[in-house]
Amino acid sequence: MSELMIRNGGQLVSTETIDGEIATLNLGPTHPATHGIFQNVMKVDGERIISAEPTIGYIHRAFEKLAERRPYNQITPITDRLNYCSSPINNMGWHMTVEKLAGIELPKRVEYMRVIIMELARIADHLVCNAVIGVDTGALTGFTYMFQEREKIYDMYEEVCGARLTTNIGRIGGFERDFSPAFLQKLRTWLKEFPAKFDEFDRLLTRNRIFMDRVVKAGPITPEMALEYSFTGPNLRAAGVDYDVRVMNPYSSYQDFEFDVPIGSDGDTYDRFVVRQEEIRQSLRIIHQALDNLPSGSFHADVPAFYLPAKEDVYTSMEALIYHFKIVMGETPIPAGEVYHSVEGANGELGFYLVSDGGRTPYRLHFRRPCFIYYQAYPEMIKGSMLSDAILTMSSMNVIAGELDA
Amino acid sequence: MGNWNNQTALEAIEAAFAGKIISTEETYGLLNIEVSPADAYEVIAWLKNHESLKMQFLTDLCAVHYPDKEGKELGVIYHLHSLQNNFRIRVKAFMPKEQAEIASLIPLFKGANWMERETFDFYGIHFTGHPDLRRILNMDDMDYHPLLKEYALEDETRTDKQDKFFGR
Repeated sequence: MSELMIRNGGQLVSTETIDGEIATLNLGPTHPATHGIFQNVMKVDGERIISAEPTIGYIHRAFEKLAERRPYNQITPITDRLNYCSSPINNMGWHMTVEKLAGIELPKRVEYMRVIIMELARIADHLVCNAVIGVDTGALTGFTYMFQEREKIYDMYEEVCGARLTTNIGRIGGFERDFSPAFLQKLRTWLKEFPAKFDEFDRLLTRNRIFMDRVVKAGPITPEMALEYSFTGPNLRAAGVDYDVRVMNPYSSYQDFEFDVPIGSDGDTYDRFVVRQEEIRQSLRIIHQALDNLPSGSFHADVPAFYLPAKEDVYTSMEALIYHFKIVMGETPIPAGEVYHSVEGANGELGFYLVSDGGRTPYRLHFRRPCFIYYQAYPEMIKGSMLSDAILTMSSMNVIAGELDA
Repeated sequence: MGNWNNQTALEAIEAAFAGKIISTEETYGLLNIEVSPADAYEVIAWLKNHESLKMQFLTDLCAVHYPDKEGKELGVIYHLHSLQNNFRIRVKAFMPKEQAEIASLIPLFKGANWMERETFDFYGIHFTGHPDLRRILNMDDMDYHPLLKEYALEDETRTDKQDKFFGR
């Protein structure tokens, strides 16, 4: 007989007595319910979790070390592989960091184009996360519908950059090509068709009694605790703190757009789900505004030292050939200095701390990876809850293994 | 909402810690403050508990290695953020490599736990008072700290990527 007295966020979770002995349960490293390679060694009494010990680093690829040997334009593909559910946000966050360091001013059109792509990426990421919460509660239907929509977003990426998952989209200074008519056509069609399907998904889960019974009060966190653990993104907002980098430190012309920052109150799995649902709607609002007011002009800044010249110029003009060679060989002049730039990634504040000594590669590059920082609260959030709630808590936190392990 | 900016914050910090601020700098609009590792905890605690500055959010914690700066080879870099004032600050503490020790921030920010473990893992900096200072991303039986500059990423005899061949 063991008396369970477990405290979670200052509140007594369970005082019931469970008959039985403490068992050790190995959840992961490869388990279909963990959505990535991470391990949790749990102590359980029956189905109730007494403690959890996470082990991470299974897909650590030494990105920070690699970055110290790569020219600036070759680091973009590394950023793809952080949060691979929304690679374009990482790519553009990195471009903006270098642009901030080098003092590059962008045409308004580039900033609006970036906003469109970044918001599409946020929608794709949130769709995956919320659809997977559905799967973990046993509702596979919504997942299949929403994955079709994600697929359409990937088709749109493909029109812009040729890639789908690890996009390597854009360049330092802008985009490699302008939005094609095919892309704009696909985007407009999708903007028309998506809301109805999304509402259907919303009706399937958000007020569904069975779903709500499973997720309400599962894995809650208080705003104080969320701030202690440096939570950011939808997880922090679900706890009731209205911190959004897009509003607090606007980048890429986010100040031009009107959108709301949804916040929750309990910080539980349900709130995280609902906050993401609402953020998808707000992202659609932003995309509409950006598309309607898309300024004319160039799709890249006039920075020949960073931005690869057009291929036909490389073959015919001396300057273009020189710049092409210098960029490819990593010989772009870059000022010495240090800069921190952050963007609102799909799961939180994605920061880049870049120290440059003026050499061809960064002297030091540190990624502030939101899920690495907030995943450490996981054992505390699931203490005293049922094992099945722990699975839901993990999927609703949107922990992406690539970003967790860098 | 207070109206804090780099100048007013710097004045307040200098008034509170006369002689303890080694250097200050403003890079890309962000205030940098360098303190000694012995004072870092005290300064950050003051920033966090200040009644109107309220730097209650630890955005980031990482380290940098400068092998050529004698006695200041390793630096711990803190990024703090005051959400109420929307004001950011960067605190740096440099220390010699042989004596890489600094107080852990866990009593102030629980989130510092894994960030400090990561920094220990890659740079070998000891955070005194940390309850569980183990490697986090690398394997446990690794016997070196891989982000230190002496560990070259590629074959060190390779010369084709040296800066001097690129006009620097």
